Amino acid sequence: MTIKVNFFAALREQLNCSEMQLTISAPLSVEQAKQLIISQQPQWSAILTNGSLLNAVNHDIVDDDFIVSPNDELAFFPPVTGG
Amino acid sequence: MTNTTNRHDRISIQTEDFSLADEVDYLEDNNVEDGAVVTFCGRVRNRNLGSNVKGLTLEHYPGMTEKSLQNIIATARTKWNIGRVCVIHRIGKLTIGEQIVFVGVTSKHRGDAFSANEFIMDFLKIEAPFWKKELTDEGEKWLDSRGSDTTKAQSWNDSDDTPNA
Repeated sequence: MTIKVNFFAALREQLNCSEMQLTISAPLSVEQAKQLIISQQPQWSAILTNGSLLNAVNHDIVDDDFIVSPNDELAFFPPVTGG
Repeated sequence: MTNTTNRHDRISIQTEDFSLADEVDYLEDNNVEDGAVVTFCGRVRNRNLGSNVKGLTLEHYPGMTEKSLQNIIATARTKWNIGRVCVIHRIGKLTIGEQIVFVGVTSKHRGDAFSANEFIMDFLKIEAPFWKKELTDEGEKWLDSRGSDTTKAQSWNDSDDTPNA
């Protein structure tokens, strides 16, 4: 089972990655998903643990303890600057 | 979003420019109930934080952007008695002086449309997933979010929502 993970804006450029598929065996929290990504891409650790990053699941902003399920869409991005 | 999106809401995320006259026509066409039409248009400034700005690139999160704007408009509808709402935000490359964003709101009397328009713009600034990358004399730089925008939006929680009730 997989979840799709998107990265945007400055974060996307820092990671040089706009999206990835994360294989999971059971639902897990956003924080656990982040740690799973870091275990696969250790060089991303400092960038992904930046406390100002926002998380979204299925297009809603969520906290780090929100539970992500298979086939969900997870996204990480910097604070927004539109308008 | 089925029960909160009003059939009179128009949301558009687009690369092309928009016409203020056309958007006001949309807000007013066949709408004789509303006596007030309040519009806001944001444009690219030539200077920001001490740098000469040549242009901007705007990135967004497709799908989430629309959902976020629908939620903001739905919240505005719970606070004020408003008619039609139109929100347009451009993406891609923009040069100085170009239009970036449009918010238009109608209501029977002006108070509701004034307040709702400002509310929608304030929350668009802190919730809708858009990011600006500025091209200046010193190169390209992603803009940082401003604490003052968060403070401004949060001030709606403390204020009287219906100044002209």
